[in-house]
Amino acid sequence: MTANVALFVTCLVDIMRPRIGFAAIRALEAAGCTVVVPQGQTCCGQPALNSGDRSHAVALAKQTIEALEPYEAVVVPSGSCAGTIRCHYPELFDDDAAWRARAQAVAAKTFEVMAYLDEVCGWKPEGVILPATAIYHDSCSGLRELGIKAQPRRLLKAIDGLSMTPLPGAETCCGFGGTFCVKYPAISNAIVSEKADAIDTTGADLLLAGDLGCLMNMAGKLHRKGSKVRAYHAIELIAGMGDGPAIGEEA
Amino acid sequence: MSGFTDRVDAALADPILKIAVERTAGTAEAKRAIAIDAFPDFEAARTRAAAIKDHVIAHLGAYLEQFEASAIASGAQVHWAQTADEACRIVIDICKAAGARTVARSKSMLGEEIGLPHALEEAGIVRVETDLAEHIIQLADERPSHIIWPAMHKTREQVSALFRAKHANPHEEETIAAMAQSARRELRGAMLGADVGISGANFLIADSGAVCTVTNEGNAELSLVPPRVHIVTAGIEKIVPSMPHAIHMLRMLARSATGAALTQYTTFYTGPKRVGDRDGPEQMHIVLVDNGRTKMREEGLAEMLRCIRCGACMNHCVVFRQIGGHAYGGTYPGPMGAVLTPALDGLAPNRDLAHACTLNGKCQEVCPVKIPLPTLLKGWREKSWHEGLEPTSMRWGLGVWAWFARRPALYRLGTALAIRAMRLIGRTGWIASLPLASGWTKHRDLPKPAARSFMAQYQQEQRK
Repeated sequence: MTANVALFVTCLVDIMRPRIGFAAIRALEAAGCTVVVPQGQTCCGQPALNSGDRSHAVALAKQTIEALEPYEAVVVPSGSCAGTIRCHYPELFDDDAAWRARAQAVAAKTFEVMAYLDEVCGWKPEGVILPATAIYHDSCSGLRELGIKAQPRRLLKAIDGLSMTPLPGAETCCGFGGTFCVKYPAISNAIVSEKADAIDTTGADLLLAGDLGCLMNMAGKLHRKGSKVRAYHAIELIAGMGDGPAIGEEA
Repeated sequence: MSGFTDRVDAALADPILKIAVERTAGTAEAKRAIAIDAFPDFEAARTRAAAIKDHVIAHLGAYLEQFEASAIASGAQVHWAQTADEACRIVIDICKAAGARTVARSKSMLGEEIGLPHALEEAGIVRVETDLAEHIIQLADERPSHIIWPAMHKTREQVSALFRAKHANPHEEETIAAMAQSARRELRGAMLGADVGISGANFLIADSGAVCTVTNEGNAELSLVPPRVHIVTAGIEKIVPSMPHAIHMLRMLARSATGAALTQYTTFYTGPKRVGDRDGPEQMHIVLVDNGRTKMREEGLAEMLRCIRCGACMNHCVVFRQIGGHAYGGTYPGPMGAVLTPALDGLAPNRDLAHACTLNGKCQEVCPVKIPLPTLLKGWREKSWHEGLEPTSMRWGLGVWAWFARRPALYRLGTALAIRAMRLIGRTGWIASLPLASGWTKHRDLPKPAARSFMAQYQQEQRK
């Protein structure tokens, strides 16, 4: 299939870990898509939305909708940001039928990248080799808003040498929660400490997930406690970029 | 610092609390999962339960009138209370008219909500809490920390010490059975000797006027049948149309709360003792309490009135599991408490509750009546923002960020500067301490960003 796909990079990937965006492009192109990065995009507005700042959330939603609506599909390397566009943009325009229709149209064609590759493209990585054991953390928004659970695991299964082991409490929140982790650092720390302990007990080499926020939270805690577990966005492995630096490693 | 963060810090510093919460909530979580797995199409059952409650809440007035008429026909007396104070006053007046010196109380969160224990004490009426956990709470002079297990914050070891200090004839053997016997010796006489029994209601059945209570100890039955007077205090949202609806809700309630198929005791009280009955109170009074519920229905919280008080949301909440119930500061803790407390006690002193949530959605996933708790919490966040209750730093920070985010070209310049600043601070791949982000770096390291943003790298590639 050939689809004209817009990549919504997400603000966190843009600033903190661009290689996730490039991995998404590489995998999408391998799946036969033509990928465009619309220049009008910045952030989906989730920080404003989740802080109760509705007017800024609406303004950023409108900007994002305008940037993304010309494309056949919108692909996002984050379940959380994809969930904002898919599930919450339409809710922002209860009193504005014209914008609600535009929000719904963009929502309907917005996908988390691994769900898009697996379910829409029916694609699997080929010839990717990575001998390692890995665990997968199900980030909450992707899991509960978008039903992302089997898709990344199906894609990861196609990587030669990669052995997936179960992570106890894989569906338990890591304590990131966007601004939550800096508003209530003590609670967030208590939650992520338990998560880091659970990760460490698996003995896996790699921690994988589909959201950079959660990954930075868990990887940052693992590094602080001296753990050797290395963290990647799953799309990096899927795109054959799992041999590069893990989160927090120098390029 | 707010009262909330102080309470959180105290809770996090208490290792015993963590053990206590984990034991009970962990067990509940595991047992619920088994029970739901064994339930044919629990999802459809949730949908039906939510629909039953939505229907009742939408037609609350009609069902309440039907319940009132049915209850009166059964011989009960029905009272209406607009506020918590009014509800307490009605209860105290009934107790005084009955010449009551002692009341036996069967655990009721509505009673806690309206401040009934305190009101009874002020009126000089001796109150005997007959639920085992409420008995523990009364001995310790504390407040419940969970709506199903009020003494969840205490370990069995702490309870043992408490019983030894306070019971007349405490247990000798250090076993749970011996401790239960100690409580039984303490409570049984008091229950049988009470003048008035006070309970809440798990469900009010509109077409029969029956009041349903569920317990696992049988203490409700023993507290409510022997005394001369039975007083029920119930929130007006407890109504269900008929017995089959009540049965459906009971199936949801017990499984969601403890993982059991049914509670040990499920009793429907319909009117006082009738001619020919061997047991039962001479009078039955039902106090129907609004206390802000009508307002909640009108002001966007109608879905919250579905709540059947099972506690599954808090048992599965990562925040509750760390801080326990007392840190929330209201009658109701956890996600449902975070939604209810601002409605009951005001938003300004409780704005933290809506924010101290990662919005992970687990509470909504396990809720037997599908309450969209994260959405309702975000509703409070929006109200708090709208009313100017959010801290200036937050408003200012988000304002600056949004100003840039709405101007993509300037935003790219801004991100380039932010990246440069972070890379100056981070010598290795990690940043161990970052000004303005100490909330992050106090507890964890921050990965150093790549040299250039995705957008900068991508644009350069496109120009090649």
